[in-house]
Formats: sequence, structure tokens, C-alpha cells
Amino acid sequence: MSIGSISRRELMTTTVAMAGLSISPALAQDSDTTGLRFDGQPEVAFRVNGVDYRLALDARVTLLDLLRERLNLTGTKKGCNFGECGACTVHLDGRRVNACLVLAASLDGREVTTIEGLADGDKLHPVQQAFIDHDGLQCGFCTPGQVMSATALIAEGHAGSDAEIREWMSGNLCRCSAYPQIVDAVRAAASNKVGSAT
Amino acid sequence: MSIGQSLSRADGRAKVTGAARYTADQHVPNLLHAVLVTATIPAGRVLAIETDDALAERGVVRVLTDKDMPRFNTADQTPMAQSFQPMQGDEIKHEGQPVAIVLAETLEAAEAGARLVSVRYEPMEARVPAASDWAAIDKASVTPRKSGFLYFEPEFSKGDAEAGLGAADKRVEEVYLQPTRHHNAMEPSATTASWNGDNVMLYDASQHVYGLQKVLSGILNVPAEKIRVVAEYTGGGFGVKGWIWPHQILAAAASRIAGRPVKLVLSRANLYSTLGHQPRIAHEMKLGADSEGKLTAIAHDVVSVTNTTDDFVEFATEASKGLYATPAMRLRQRVERANITLPTALRAPVEGPGLWALESAMDELAHALQMDPLDLRLANYAEKEPSTDQPWSSKKLREAYEEGAKLFGWRQRLREPKRDGDWLIGQGMASCTMGAFRNPSKAEVRLRADGTIVVASGFQEIGTGTRTIFPQIAASVLGVSPEQITCLMGDTQLPEAGPTYGSSSTMGVGAAVLQASEDVRSKLARLANLPAGEVEMSDGRIRRKGGSEGATIADVMREAGTSEIVGSGSFDPKKHGEGFAMKTFGAVFVEVGVDPDLGLLRLRRVVGSYSAGRIVNPRTARSQMTGGIIWGWGMAAMEQSVHEPALGRFLSKNLAGVAIPVNADIPSDITIHFVDEVDTHASPIGGKGIGELGATGVAAAVANAVFHATGKRIRELPITPDKLVSA
Amino acid sequence: MQSFSYARASTLPDVLAAGAQPETMFLAGGTELLNWMRLGIAAPERIVDIGRLEGLDRIEPLPDGGLRIGALVRLNDAAQHEAVMRDYPVLSQAILKAASPQLRNLATIGGNPVQRTRCAYFRSEDKLPCNKREPGSGCSALHGINDRHAIFGWTEACVAVQPADPPVALAALDAVFVTEHRDGGRRIPATEFHTLPDKRPQDHNVLRRGELITAIELPAPAHRSAYLKIRERESYEYATVSAAAALEIDGSTIRRARIALGSVAHRPWRLKAAEERLAGTSIEDRAALRAAIEMSFADARPLSHNAYKIPLAKNAALRVIETAARMPS
Repeated sequence: MSIGSISRRELMTTTVAMAGLSISPALAQDSDTTGLRFDGQPEVAFRVNGVDYRLALDARVTLLDLLRERLNLTGTKKGCNFGECGACTVHLDGRRVNACLVLAASLDGREVTTIEGLADGDKLHPVQQAFIDHDGLQCGFCTPGQVMSATALIAEGHAGSDAEIREWMSGNLCRCSAYPQIVDAVRAAASNKVGSAT
Repeated sequence: MSIGQSLSRADGRAKVTGAARYTADQHVPNLLHAVLVTATIPAGRVLAIETDDALAERGVVRVLTDKDMPRFNTADQTPMAQSFQPMQGDEIKHEGQPVAIVLAETLEAAEAGARLVSVRYEPMEARVPAASDWAAIDKASVTPRKSGFLYFEPEFSKGDAEAGLGAADKRVEEVYLQPTRHHNAMEPSATTASWNGDNVMLYDASQHVYGLQKVLSGILNVPAEKIRVVAEYTGGGFGVKGWIWPHQILAAAASRIAGRPVKLVLSRANLYSTLGHQPRIAHEMKLGADSEGKLTAIAHDVVSVTNTTDDFVEFATEASKGLYATPAMRLRQRVERANITLPTALRAPVEGPGLWALESAMDELAHALQMDPLDLRLANYAEKEPSTDQPWSSKKLREAYEEGAKLFGWRQRLREPKRDGDWLIGQGMASCTMGAFRNPSKAEVRLRADGTIVVASGFQEIGTGTRTIFPQIAASVLGVSPEQITCLMGDTQLPEAGPTYGSSSTMGVGAAVLQASEDVRSKLARLANLPAGEVEMSDGRIRRKGGSEGATIADVMREAGTSEIVGSGSFDPKKHGEGFAMKTFGAVFVEVGVDPDLGLLRLRRVVGSYSAGRIVNPRTARSQMTGGIIWGWGMAAMEQSVHEPALGRFLSKNLAGVAIPVNADIPSDITIHFVDEVDTHASPIGGKGIGELGATGVAAAVANAVFHATGKRIRELPITPDKLVSA
Repeated sequence: MQSFSYARASTLPDVLAAGAQPETMFLAGGTELLNWMRLGIAAPERIVDIGRLEGLDRIEPLPDGGLRIGALVRLNDAAQHEAVMRDYPVLSQAILKAASPQLRNLATIGGNPVQRTRCAYFRSEDKLPCNKREPGSGCSALHGINDRHAIFGWTEACVAVQPADPPVALAALDAVFVTEHRDGGRRIPATEFHTLPDKRPQDHNVLRRGELITAIELPAPAHRSAYLKIRERESYEYATVSAAAALEIDGSTIRRARIALGSVAHRPWRLKAAEERLAGTSIEDRAALRAAIEMSFADARPLSHNAYKIPLAKNAALRVIETAARMPS
């Protein structure tokens, strides 16, 4: 069941094929009088965790479903699919966003960093290490989103006080409720002057 | 590393890197995405299902309706949550009930297809929960039938409660209400099923892989050994992933029909209307006390909502049965039936709701008696279990009260609230308690000559730290570092463990792992020609207790010509603690701020002090208790799933319409304290469960603090601005 | 989501031409549109991605001392812009109390006012009777669960409220929404952008098909201004009631007051009567402030579950006036 042994190149080929399954010919392409080219399956070139992709995708595909269902980058979680939980937080051109609210079609020329792209090989990003050190997680489902949010928060300069950290971490729900430990982790990571990797 | 030491989470690395695979992350080739089409009426029947438009959607492969489904064998469905199986006919029992399944090559196509299925219904009059008013609820209530949920007697009495109330110097007689709440786990429930001939492999977001195996085996008439269920990681459960719900059966059946793997991830909306919840509960609570504060009687009458097919009973009266010494009690549980989804256990069940009423009423009684609320609790301390007079397996609640009060500064509390700008500052306390549920469990421990160790048991990791503490227990027996231990779990191919719910895992699986580890040690001792009962292990060596260096594991096994030693262990609750009453206890002290002009309620600090037996890993335990307290805060201040009576459905089925706490709600000043205690009757581990204890008592402590701050007694949860604003 | 075709526009004329076509919608931050499509609230056949139009992502001073915020400025960038923080604290605060950091990195200041009501009946995953969702189907909230609904300006056809925070601040500031349309643009006062349900309850705002907000213009600075948001959870939640105030004070005497309430009507609700009375009132005279606020509540009408909003909104107005007065001038 694992695809760990497949190379990135093969994976890309696979994903192109998977993504192509839902092309709707009726909507494939048309243009209006202005010359805008409307496409039901726009081709998009983007970079995820340093790897370049060029894919033709059903226009409905979100960044979240692109990552999870096409690129097999399942570290980014789908908690609600409505921007109401933050589990799908990734960095888009260096800024944290909810991946469920971004159309993959809009990614052309843009750069995405996911939880899988945060560590430097085997060496954890300091924010990841701080989450372990301060027990800032329980079931772990919201954790990738929390970590991505926290690295962005530090880079944004919003770790000035515990109250500021709490407010700027509030876009990430944690039902296990590890909130105080998450604040501990962010404070510790911020005081070590670590910032966003992206 | 031994039991009692703080150890960092064994799966921390997998979780912070995104490597940990949850059910929806499992990659299965050639799979179909499934999306449910659900009923839009609460009662009636399906007349027709029009699927042509959905099938015309590019990528949609099939639309399954009840006509496509095999007939399920419903003779023995335990531990199925509800007896009613959807898609076995045209009957609609609740809004949100699955009526069709769209299978498609992509998720986008499946979702679009589901919107294109049109269903015609014949609606019938739906039963809805009574209005939030005791008289209406009392009138709608009935005695519960036996449907698998009568874990306790629905009625219990001791002494003459009426006489006790009549003779009391002070009485409290009030009604307390609490709304429906959903679990809202961050991971939506999900099942991926793939058949290979008569064998089926399932990934499931589960608190009980063996439970799904058993239910599927019965319902689909497939031998259990042909069903493998895997839950590598579960993204929070809080009770809802403990029993088996229809979507799990439907995913397996759909995959068999389609002849391809099927992945069904429930939408957030599905989670509110195809799975359980904590029901709306109404309590009529009567307490009487003499002038010294000694209780003369407790009468607690509870009505919880259930569905129309099964009588799930939320046994809130258990709190009143087991917490305080009283000469008389009269307890009654009833249900009111409605066309809704079946309720289920939610962190914390039973005593969780019960303490909302009991500990609010105790605070009112203390006020009436002009007694300190903590002194009233101490005056009614139960030295024996109040309903049976059994001795406690262990109870250090008195220490928990005293040590917690000291940490909080409770004795310095002033009668008048303090003010901080626009905020009135109030302090409140409540007792905490939870029954000790224990489940039979088995485990296996394998020691290899290279010193590596495998701990294997079919328990689940739902965030409670099971993957961390069970290797820790093995490491403490075998004298190795926990990092040397591989832990296999969440798989029905491993020794059967109980469900990971009910705060039961440490006692059950923990004891089995302990015994299996001791078995390995004994076998190794015999190979080393040492008396099994007189050895100790550390640093990869075995030696006579207190002896010198000893022999390395590798040397002993090489000399004996053995490459692996397999130890097995089990826990049977019947063999431990016979004749003892078992519970966990605690006290929670909270400080809140109330801005009466703006109706705002905010948490400022908390001390939770607990008597829960031996703590295996204080670090993960502290996180669990903190999480429980925050659950309690959510219950107190915001959580509710509003039921819409005209439409017969939960109104908001999303996380924007149903509030649960966010980071900004929670202060850092939360102190967790465990009383030094070992309970060897409950389990050889010496510990008891803590997963739910932290969530108990908090809502009442908050309401009591609000009363201290404002003089307003709130008897209906949650305590929202509409209840606090002053004109 | 229903299938649609997508195009990214790079010039405004392209956008306006495409937007005038039927079944076409604009995509900017995407935080609303994607959810509407998932819920079936909207099902456009074409989406015009305006997210990378040039020139709409700038914040520039206006010659008369005001500020022009391009429609595509992300909420976080608007709120943390030096001039906004310094000169319009009410707007900065309102934005930062909205949504979450991640959402504010996507959502734009021009898209935010187009956000639709959070009425749970309107937002349902299955279509429920709702005149905004399906004209003529009735209003479920009128006699249903309406604790979060309107106390001003509602009709039997719709009792929903406008949920966004920034428009409340913009209304208090007398901001202007600058629009473009194939047939010509407009300048729409923030106080008149959202529609009340008296004539066409299905409408959300006054924008015509294909009309695009391109900028928001703020008049002269409002240093003594503040925003207050009431909700049961501290963050990442819509307001139960919110209040915005912008004051001009001479000594302790209020010279000019502009007060707007949020989540009490389907538009930011300016307390005009109170504002008139407040001119000349001492900020120290709480009884006079209360009396002034009271004047604007003569036409408040509670629904079956939301009478609490009337005292709450009055108290919020008083608190925000007192808070704004303490801001440095």
C-alpha cells in the first residue's frame, strides 16, 4: 500500500494520469469575446516543497485535494473543508493559508510548502522539535496545521507575548486541546529565533 | 526508564512531520471515492431515488441505493451503536440518514454526483425533543427499554429520600439543563475497504478495530478471520469512534458491490447526522442537609433524549450515587424519544453530565447554609461507596481537595468578588469523579537476541499516549530504553485488546503488557539459570536482584541457542478487585472573569487535583488532564448543537456554527496535580483511567464561579452572553 | 461542486467584459466562493480569477488626507499597514478580530464586504426554506432559531444579519466602495452597500452583475476610533454583536460621533439619532451617553429568541464610545 519506493518522477506521471480522469470535454476550453481563455481543465505549473510540477487539473480541485489525492502528500489534513478548523494550513508563497480554500487552478507560478517540506532531511525544523519537547500534540491530526501555522506566526513576528501567540494560533482548532502546550512550544521556538523555512 | 517517569511522546516525530498515516491518508490503488446522499427529512420513507443526473456526471461510476445493498444479518450486531441499519429498506428514521452512496473516480466527481441525486420522500410526522422546560420534558419521558444500554439500573433508592428531604434544614430543588453536544474530533470518521475474494482489508478511524471486525463479521456473514481492520493512527475519538456506525458497514458493502476499493470519508455535515452525540439532558435535582451541612437525602431525576429505535441512557445519576455519603437517595433515569441520531458516549459521559447538576446543586446548598463549598464536600466525604457500602479500591479525594485548595489559594477566597477593570472575578470549585471501566485485553512482547523488543497488542492510538506508555511499561520491566521497543498496535492481526475508550486502556492493555513483559523476563531468567522471581533487568542485562553486573540479553540467548523469546499477557477485570468499588476522583478550582455589560465569560486560571492511582507517564497524563479541563470549559461556555424542531435536524452542521474552544480561550495558568497513590486492586499497573476525569466537574465549577462573580445562578448550559448580559 | 471553467484575468477590461456574462463569478481570495459552491449556494459555470490583477493590491494616500486601499489587499496586510494602524484603528481592529490569520492571508478587503450572511438556514448543506437561497421559499428563521438574527431592519421575508467585521468599521468611517463595471463605475457609501430585505430579500448588496469593487476609500483619519466584538469564544468566531465608533473630541466634549453596530441587521447599523445627540455631550457623562444611545433603539424589534441583543447592543455601543475616547488623538 505504500508508495514510498516510487520515485518522484514516477509519482508525477501517476498523478497526471489520476488527475486527468475527470476532464469534462464540454467544459474543456472556451473563450469569450474578451479573449480570456476559460478552461475546465487548466494546466498549472507550480512548485511544492522544492519539486516542480506541471499538471492539467479539473478546475474544481483544491490545493488540499491536489496535495492529498494527487501528490500523495497526506501530511496536510482535511478536518472540515470549509476553512473552519485550520488542519490544512500550508504556506503559499511563504504565507500560511487554508489549503481547502485555494483552487489548484490558481497556483500557476506559485510555491507551496507543506509539513513534509519543513524538516531538513532527518533534522526536524526547530518548531517541530519544540512541539515534541513541549508535548504540543495528542492525536496529532491537527498537528501539521499547527506546526505550519506556528512557523509562519514566528516569521510574521507575532510571538511577542503569550497572549499574542494564543490569538495568532487561534486559526487552528485542537480538539484534544493541547493549547497551553502549543503556546509553550511556539514561545520556546520563537525565543530560539527560528522562523519560517519558506 | 520506569513507570512514573515523564517520557516524550513516542509518535511525536511521526506526527510533527506529517508521516503519521490516518485512515484517509492510506493510499490504496484503484480506489473509488464514496460520498453519502442523506435524508433531508427526519421521518418517513423514500419513494424514489433518481440517479440519472448523477451517473451522467463525468467520473461517477455507480450510485448505490437500498436496492443494491445485500440484506444485512442483524441478529448479533454488538458493538454496533444502533440497531437500525440504513439502506436496508425505504424507512427514514432521522434526518441525515444515508439513502444512497455515490462512487466515483475522483472526490470532485463523487461530491458533484451526490448533489445530483434527487430523492423523493413521503414525510411522516417526526418526534422532536420537548422544549427546554422540565414540565414538558417530564411529560415526554418514558422508562427506558432494554436495548443494550442499561449498564446500570434505571432506578435506584436507598433509605427514605422523601423523609430525608422533609427533615432537612436546608434544601435545594432545582432543574439543570444541558444541550446536545457533538464530539467534533478533528479527524472525520473514515473507512477504506478493499476486498480480495472473501477477504476484506479495512482502514478505519477507530477506537476499536476488533469491534468493527466483530460487527462486520456478523452483519455480512464473513468469518472474522477474513476481516482485517487497521487503525494506524486515529485523529481523536472522544467516544464517537468507539462503537460501530452505519458508514463503516456501508463502505465495506459498497466496496464488495463495486468490486473495487472504496474510500468513504465523512463530510463534516455527515458527522453531525450519521454519528452519535451527547444527548440533551435534563436533571431535576433535590438535595437536603441538616444545619451542619450533612446531607439528609439526594433525589436526582434525569431525562436524556434518545432516538426512536434504541434507548441509549445517559446515566448521569451515577454521579449522585457514588460521590457523597448520604442516608437516603432516590435516583431515576428516563428517556424521551425523538427522530434523531442515536446518542453515544462523549468525553466525559455518565458522571460528566451528572456532576454538572450535582456540583451546581452542592454549591447552591453551600450558599444556603452559608458554608464554604469545599467544607460542604468534606462534611459529606464518602468513606465507603454510598450505594453499596463497599470499600474503595483506593480513594485519596481528601488529599486531592486539600492539595488542590492549597495550590489554588482557595482558603484565601473572599466572599465578595474582586474587580479587574470591566471584569468581575469569581472563583468556584467542584468535585470530579469517574467510574473505572475496565476491559479484557491481551498483549504479546517479543525479545530478540539483538536486544530489540516488540510490544504488540490491538489497541488504538487516539492521542491519549498509548503508543508511548505501553512500551514504557515493557521498558521498565526489561530494563531497556523505550526507544529500543517497537510498538505494533491498531490491527486485528495482533492480540485482541479492548476498545480505547472509557479511560480503560492503562488498566487493561497496560496490565497485559506488564504481564507479557514479566513473562519474557521469566523465560530469559530460566535461560540464564536464574530464579524467575528474583531477577532484575537493566542496561540490556539480567541479574539476580541486587546482584552484580549479570549477563547480557544477547549472551544469554546465544548460549541458549534462542533467537526470540515471546511473552504473552492478559488482563481480566473479573480477576482483579473483586468486592471493591472503583472510581477516580478529584477537585477542580477555577477562576473566571465576567464582563456583565457585554455578557462575556472568560477563563483565567484552573487547578485540577486528582486521585487516579499511579500515573505511568506524568507528561502525557498532564496533557490529557489539561485537555479534559478544556473540554469542560467548552461544555461550560460555548458547546451546543442546536436542534431545529420544525425541520427535525441539527441546525448547524459545521465548525463555524458550533463553537468549540480555540487557543485564545485558554490561559496558560492551568495546574495539574496528582495525589501520590497506587491502586493495585484496579489493575496490577496500580493506575486507573484519566481520559475522562479531567472533563468532569468543570462546567459546575465554572457556573459556581460565575455565581461568585455576579450573584447570577446559571442552570442551563452553555453560559453564553444572552444569559449573562445585564440590562 | 458543479463543474466550471476557469480563467485568470490580467487586465481590468477583460474582467469586466467576462463578468458581465451570465453564470460568471469573480474569484479573489476564495474564502467565500469555494464554500458557496460546495454548499450549492452558488454554481457558476465560469470563474474569473482576478487575484493577480495589477495595481489593485496597493494602499495609497489620497490627496485630501484620506487613504485608498486596493480591493485585492489581503486583510492581514490592510490591518497591519502602518497608516491604517495609525489613522484608522477601528478598521485595523475590526479586521484582526475577523476570521483567522490563515483566512486573512487569503481574503481581500474588497471581497470581504461581499461575504454573505451566516444565517444557519442560508448556510445549510441541504437547501432549506430561505428567501435568500431560493426566493419565495420563505424564511425559516423568522419563527425558528433566530438568536443570532436581526433586531433592526428585518422583514418577514428575511431576518438575517450581515456578518463581516470590516464593513462595520468602514460604515463608521463613512468609507466609500469604488467600483468598476463595463457600463461605468460607481462610488458607493459603505453605509449603503448592503441591502435590507424590504424589497428583494434575495439580494446581499447593491452590486450589479459584473460589477467589481476595485478600491475602498477612507476619508480623513479617525484616530479616536475603536472596534468591539462580542462572541462566546475569544477568537475565530463571528460576532454576536459588534460595535464601531469614530469620535472627534474637544477636551471632554464630543464634537462628532459616528457609531455603527454589527450583526444586528443586514447592514452595518449606524446609530444616527444617537450620533446627533452625542455631539456636544461630555464623554464623562455616562448617563447622557446612555440616553443618546437609547434614542437609536426606538425602532429595535426583537425576534423570538434574540431580545438579549438589545441590551447587549446598547452596552456595546456605550463601551465602544468610551474606548474610542481613550484612544490617542
